Amino acid sequence: MNTPPRTAATGWLPRLAAGLRWLARGRTAVIGLPYGWLLVFFLAPFLIVLNYSVSEMGAVRPENIATWGDGVVKLSIRFGNYLAIFGDDLYFKSYLSSLKYAAITTAVCLALGYPFAYFMARAKPTLQPALLMLVMLPFWTSFLLRVYAWKGLLGEGGWVAELLLYAGLDGPMAAAGMITSAGKFMNTPFSLVIGMAYTYLPFMVLPLYANLAKMDLRLLEAAADLGASRFVAFWLITVPLSKAGIIAGSMLVFIPCVGEFVIPELLGGPQTLMIGRVLWDEFFSNNDWPMASTVTVVLVLLIVVPLAVFNKYQAETQERGR
Amino acid sequence: MKAGRSTFFAFFGARSAQNFGRGWLLAVFAFLYLPIITLVAYSFNNSPLPTVWGGFTLNWYVKLANDQEILGGLWLSLKIAFLSATASVLLGTLAAFTLVKYRRFGGRTLFSGMVSAPLVMPEVIIGVSLLLMLVAVQRATGSAFFDRGLMTIWLGHLLLGMAYATVVIQSRLIDLNPQLEEAALDLGARPFQVFALITLPLITQALASAWLLTFSLSLDDVVVSAFLSGPGSTTMPLVIFSRARLGLNPSVNAVATVIIAVVAVGVTVGSVWIARAERRRAAEINAALRGAG
Repeated sequence: MNTPPRTAATGWLPRLAAGLRWLARGRTAVIGLPYGWLLVFFLAPFLIVLNYSVSEMGAVRPENIATWGDGVVKLSIRFGNYLAIFGDDLYFKSYLSSLKYAAITTAVCLALGYPFAYFMARAKPTLQPALLMLVMLPFWTSFLLRVYAWKGLLGEGGWVAELLLYAGLDGPMAAAGMITSAGKFMNTPFSLVIGMAYTYLPFMVLPLYANLAKMDLRLLEAAADLGASRFVAFWLITVPLSKAGIIAGSMLVFIPCVGEFVIPELLGGPQTLMIGRVLWDEFFSNNDWPMASTVTVVLVLLIVVPLAVFNKYQAETQERGR
Repeated sequence: MKAGRSTFFAFFGARSAQNFGRGWLLAVFAFLYLPIITLVAYSFNNSPLPTVWGGFTLNWYVKLANDQEILGGLWLSLKIAFLSATASVLLGTLAAFTLVKYRRFGGRTLFSGMVSAPLVMPEVIIGVSLLLMLVAVQRATGSAFFDRGLMTIWLGHLLLGMAYATVVIQSRLIDLNPQLEEAALDLGARPFQVFALITLPLITQALASAWLLTFSLSLDDVVVSAFLSGPGSTTMPLVIFSRARLGLNPSVNAVATVIIAVVAVGVTVGSVWIARAERRRAAEINAALRGAG
């Protein structure tokens, strides 16, 4: 121990040092390339949006917030757009209803998806890859076309609409405010939520399945041995253990739904205000870029907390995965 | 009360729970697949009314074959999808490698946040912010390089695709046995050789599925494309979207059927290939272990 054999060390030690130096250089490139790319094309655009949101529309283009004149930099930061957002009912209502419909969609996906993922994880192990494949397959086919399909199903004469009419469900649904008037299913809160739940259901099922399939089933045996009924064991053991899956799935559904544009445009109606559509109109119809930027900034603020929760979960799964 | 509940759940025993589970799985699969099946069925509908069945026809496909708007959009979409899938896999591999292999570096939290945020971020945000930046750059430089078109749509799709590619490749890298790479390093391979000769062959399937996934994402994207496309650069989803907005249109059903058929064949061929490669690798590992023993 006190006299290490130097002869052997001279061989690998310098080589290791050289390798480490090389690694340090290669490492810089490996980290630097994607990092720099994201800084330029993901972070920088946000800063520009932030800049636009505190400027005002000039004659042709938005005014710069910092101007150079008489040897001094003049900053003109205007919060007019933000005041307009909180003063105007339209914006405020569409933010609220975006959050509402995203939350309802998340609840529907959880109610459909949790039992689904649970039974999938408890199915025969040989059957599970095929079931997983069947869940993934719609995800591969065009999202736009799957949303379009509901236009036909719920429109006048569509078979789902006919089925609901035949079952006499339109009256109660209209009474519950899910549809605007009896017999009409398209362009209502109902068609919007169906479309969003249909599109985002696989995003709920996949993390839940991954979580439930890993569960140690001996815990349920232990609970049964200790006298717990199946329901009690499910409620006190399975559900708490799948908390991470529930959170991940809910975030994967909720966050994109808040800013969804295509589904409200195709399936929603005048009652279903969504902020994605307001942003789109502000940008493409009114050409008011500063206002569109302000709407974007507030939208980012709305989803920043769920986004942080989601990122924390992502980081934790990576830690546990190794 | 307590006894009553336990008898209820004893009655609702293993057998009926199993049937209930099967029923639930079937019902949700019906919910997932019936709309797609209906969409395909009505593409063969010989009726101007999109929800009334009027007999079988291939008319809509003939019309589709002569639809220059759709075909031009498809060609542009395929080019963009190819370019963005390839670049997404390249950048995604680097990003995944960074996240898995380099535990500590400055701004790691920011990096992992930026990588995974586009997965859930509403697309309108990405579209607006990228467009405003490109316009700002264009005004500052006066160059036509950032004119809205193929190039700008590609940048937007790359941002989305990179996030998905990173997740797919990262989960494969985490599963890799680190001893394989350590052994190669011990035997004197340089880090790049280790990557090229050991890591890369082991993650080929993940790279392939990441490529296919980002390809189909790009081929399907509406929102980011709408913000970043200019006059004369209308991708196929933008054509479909503008028609779908106006109402039901059997030509959209025909496009849908073609896309679904291509995807179904592609995914089947891809998964068969992946399963075969998996088996071959398992056989090779077994043979190597037997040889060592």
